[in-house]
Amino acid sequence: MARKEYSFYPGCSSERKASASNYMVSVESMCKTLDIKLNEIPDWNCCGASIGYAEGGELPRHVMNARNIALSEKNFGNQDIVATCAACWLGAKESQERINHSETIFADINVILKDAGLKYEGKQKIRHMVEVLIEDLGYEELGKPVKKPLDGIKIAGYVGCQTNRPFGVDGESFESPKYLDKLVETVGGTPLEKYEEKVTCCGGALAFSEPEKSQAQIKKIIESAYDHGADMIVTPCPVCQMNVEVYQGQINKKYGTKFNIPVTYYSQLMAVAYGASAKEAGLDGNIVRATKLEEIAAKK
Amino acid sequence: MTDLNKVMVEKYRNDFLKEVEANVEEGNWVKMCMQCGVCSGSCPLGPHWEHPPQEIFMMIRAGKRDEVLRSESMWMCTSCYNCIVRCPRELPITHIMHGLANYAHRLGIAPKLNPTRRFAKMFWNNITAGGRVNELKLSVGLYFMDGFASGIKKGLEMLPVGLGMLKTGRLNPFGLFSGGHCKGAGDIRKMIKKAKEIEDKRKGFAA
Ligand code: SF4
Ligand code: SF4
Ligand code: SF4
Ligand code: SF4
Repeated sequence: MARKEYSFYPGCSSERKASASNYMVSVESMCKTLDIKLNEIPDWNCCGASIGYAEGGELPRHVMNARNIALSEKNFGNQDIVATCAACWLGAKESQERINHSETIFADINVILKDAGLKYEGKQKIRHMVEVLIEDLGYEELGKPVKKPLDGIKIAGYVGCQTNRPFGVDGESFESPKYLDKLVETVGGTPLEKYEEKVTCCGGALAFSEPEKSQAQIKKIIESAYDHGADMIVTPCPVCQMNVEVYQGQINKKYGTKFNIPVTYYSQLMAVAYGASAKEAGLDGNIVRATKLEEIAAKK
Repeated sequence: MTDLNKVMVEKYRNDFLKEVEANVEEGNWVKMCMQCGVCSGSCPLGPHWEHPPQEIFMMIRAGKRDEVLRSESMWMCTSCYNCIVRCPRELPITHIMHGLANYAHRLGIAPKLNPTRRFAKMFWNNITAGGRVNELKLSVGLYFMDGFASGIKKGLEMLPVGLGMLKTGRLNPFGLFSGGHCKGAGDIRKMIKKAKEIEDKRKGFAA
């Protein structure tokens, strides 16, 4: 038996050949080392994300999440639900709160789910992977399997919005959360504690619909990382990762900047520090190659 | 759709606050706002909001129905939740902004060309078709939103990004034909249809 088991909601972006598939690869490697077992919710569907409201409205959005929660209850009812994507986590958790809070919505949801042979109770806790690592294992445990500390790598911890607000990680502040920095330290890297744009919003889904406005945000986030001498940026969220990484070329064209900074996931740092190969850590999925991590991963 | 707008105007006459309370997600919170302005200073795309949240709350109370519902402002919300964690009265501001946008869209009076409105619609259709996001179809749809010529241009601008994703295995080149499906897709479509019906009935939207 694994040390910890969770009912797992991967989310669309983590699917094979989707934008955060390499996040998933590194999470698998990290969890293997930590002896955490993730039980994927069978036939899960998209959570509707933060942009779903406009066309979806309330009840249809809650139904999307309730179906996942009900499937989780049916299959892994005694485990907490864990999500790796901040938007998924938030969407599911918000729907759960709303459904549990209102007898009418609760009843409506169950009427709707019944046709598909499902039942919603809403008793499982819904948590973000980072939350689980910190609260259920703790920094000390997370530090134990480190074989190759990330010596000398300077890392800007970009927490973003939705991993941090409105729920966040217990005991952390909304304006200046420290957990990413602490994770970086745990794996032997150098956190840039003075990095100012830790919780600046990257524009989220509006990176697609309002690219210029969002790219102005992203530019601030990257510039500040360079100002503090960062070798790379680390994030806990697949949307943040993608937004901060893939538009660097367009920003360079528009503003004449020379951005070319790797944007990694916390799980990639951990996987490499735990001795994973570049492939196992999903480093082949980074568009801006994280060469310093690749070098460490290649070391025997 | 605009017929629905007429129905609502008739139904609520001059009481826009009451209309918002009844029909907008978390709308019953609006009256709790004490106009401190903290939220308005929190929006990442602040300069692009013609009416920031605090002002919108004031306008709702002042009965400025058209100015609020036809505004582009709520569509600038990035769901960053800055406002929610800062508001001294704990208003769920993010959700009220989403709720207003959704309501205006439902009534058919939201700004037609607003890119976020159009993207959100495409996104929802994309996920409800198969149950999961099909990223390629979604992006292609997004580029061609303004027509063919501009779609080609945008597609070319995004080509380096797309190629990067493709090379690193983060984009499914066959996504136009497959991908983004779960087994229960049929069930999901039925559930959503039913949820819409129930919601419409509760809110008096149904004919
Ligand atoms: S938040 Fe994004 S990735 Fe996560 S399930 Fe929803 S749409 Fe898919
Ligand atoms: S920083 Fe951007 S992507 Fe990350 S949660 Fe916030 S809005 Fe979403
Ligand atoms: S922060 Fe809260 S109380 Fe202050 S103006 Fe905004 S909504 Fe009103
Ligand atoms: S969640 Fe929306 S309304 Fe609130 S601060 Fe962010 S952008 Fe503004």
